[in-house]
Amino acid sequence: MDEKTRREIEGKILPKYRTRRSACMASMQLVQRQKGYLTKEDMEEIARLLDMEPVEVEAVGKFYTMYNVERPVGRYHIQVCENLSCSLMGGEHILKHIERLLGIKTGQTTGDKRFTLSVVQCLGSCGTAPVIQVNDDYYENLTDKKVEEILERLK
Amino acid sequence: MEKVLLKNLGREGAHTVDSYLSGGGYEALRKALGMEPEDIIQMVKDSGLRGRGGAGFPTGLKWSFIPKDAPEKYLCCNADEGEPGTFKDRGIMEYDPHLLLEGMAIASYAIGAHKAYIYIRGEFLFAARRLQEAILEAYEKGFLGENILGTGFSLDIYVHRGFGAYICGEETALLESIEGYRGQPRKKPPFPALSGLYGKPTVINNVETLACLPAIVNRGAEWFASIGPEKSPGPKIFGVSGHVERPGLYELPMGTPLREIVYEHAGGIREGRRLKAVIPGGVSAPLLTESELHTPMDFDSLAKIGSMLGSGGVIVMDETTCMVKTAYIIMRFFSHESCGKCTPCREGTTWLKKIVERIEHGRGVPGDVELLESLCDNIFGRTFCPLGDGAVMALRGVLKNFREEFQYHIEHKRCMV
Ligand SMILES: Cc1cc2nc3c(=O)[nH]c(=O)nc-3n(C[C@H](O)[C@H](O)[C@H](O)COP(=O)(O)O)c2cc1C
Ligand code: SF4
Ligand code: FES
Repeated sequence: MDEKTRREIEGKILPKYRTRRSACMASMQLVQRQKGYLTKEDMEEIARLLDMEPVEVEAVGKFYTMYNVERPVGRYHIQVCENLSCSLMGGEHILKHIERLLGIKTGQTTGDKRFTLSVVQCLGSCGTAPVIQVNDDYYENLTDKKVEEILERLK
Repeated sequence: MEKVLLKNLGREGAHTVDSYLSGGGYEALRKALGMEPEDIIQMVKDSGLRGRGGAGFPTGLKWSFIPKDAPEKYLCCNADEGEPGTFKDRGIMEYDPHLLLEGMAIASYAIGAHKAYIYIRGEFLFAARRLQEAILEAYEKGFLGENILGTGFSLDIYVHRGFGAYICGEETALLESIEGYRGQPRKKPPFPALSGLYGKPTVINNVETLACLPAIVNRGAEWFASIGPEKSPGPKIFGVSGHVERPGLYELPMGTPLREIVYEHAGGIREGRRLKAVIPGGVSAPLLTESELHTPMDFDSLAKIGSMLGSGGVIVMDETTCMVKTAYIIMRFFSHESCGKCTPCREGTTWLKKIVERIEHGRGVPGDVELLESLCDNIFGRTFCPLGDGAVMALRGVLKNFREEFQYHIEHKRCMV
């Protein structure tokens, strides 16, 4: 963890809360944002900074599915919603199409470390299904063609 | 009906404080700050507002449980929006963040809270940023911070992002999460009104609930109470998804018949197909079929027929839908989201998923439906929080109406549809 990150945690995150522990989730989010995932060392540092036990930080990291704990992901993390509204609108087909285009299976990362493909639960965007999330961004009302364009742009 | 909650949906630029002010924004806060907190609570009670997060608990009554003399209290806005089929709070937060902030300020003043948190699901980064910008604008204009509008009332609002856990929508798990723990529900009692965030009296309200408040203060309790059924009044957002011509968010009077929502507002079933089933309020709500479409969409009418309004997320399935697959997707969701704290849910949802999965994949064996039913009986009412019951209610709803599809799958190793 660099000095800037530490300062951000101390200056921007901690003042929001009554306890240091409360800053744990946001601190892990901040660190993950920098490199896409969290290592054991990251979590130990966060624990030290927030007066927590490393196992406690790790437990938080493993509980919440968006933390990539010791799981490096590609530059673009493609997350396909597999819940009901998306499935009704062709979500599985979109997933298969992405697998074909990238030449990987769900859960895998491309050889060039550019793309990781995952499935996720409802993204809260069911009215514009099928939906995927790539890093921070939602892509909605997807069709084969839209998916091809998105991947082409990110390649 | 004139829109109150979604009037700015899809309107470019509506999210800024200037735009909000030009539409009369923050007038309700000004008015509220000139009232006694008890009078606001009474007003909200009189309006008949019931929580839009799922349970429909009367909002004014919930507030009145907060001890008046407690030195430290909190308001938490539940923006976790995790119930599959639900996407309404996002609509408010992205297009009308100040509506939510104004509602939160009114609620905080009424209960005497000086700190409030918005617990927003991690995936909604765009909405979280929108809210953060709106909060900064509100501080600049003096609607947040110290001595708001010169009244001596102070309030800080913070955004806390979740990071992928449906269970954090349950109010005590949400509190655990803000405190930096895994999001597992707490034992109740004590209820959050007495011992909530950091052990202090806390009100947890849904985004849509809070967004109703400015209009109640501006137009009065009678106005709100006059919309929809007497026992569950007000405007309500219905999010329609699945096999309809026009999926999307519709703000309508509470109690609008399900048929009107599906066939008039959402344009009916796509490609002129026939309707097979509708989930009225997110996947936890037992599904309904054609014969129940006349049901008014409100808390009591849906409870009466054994389902629930839940979040108002309406998922429509046409005749091409395999109900075994539907059940599998829902059970996969619940077993994935079970927080693991209690055995009936942790083990039970795993088994439900496994058995429905094998039926779906043509590996079901005779007796599987009965096995599912007995598992349901063993889970229901024995779980620590309502998530486990939600899984059972959803599955029972499918089995009640489509048992023969499961039997067909087991016998023929394939779909009926
Ligand atoms: C498993 C589970 C998930 C829930 N998810 C949400 C949610 O995403 N958003 C929400 O507002 N309420 C959710 N609730 C309901 C909350 O516990 C709580 O009742 C609600 O936020 C209270 O606000 P209200 O009175 O304004 O409805 C959930 C409840 C359970 C049991
Ligand atoms: S019912 Fe499920 S989600 Fe709720 S506490 Fe038990 S294991 Fe956790
Ligand atoms: S089901 Fe995919 S976003 Fe809700």
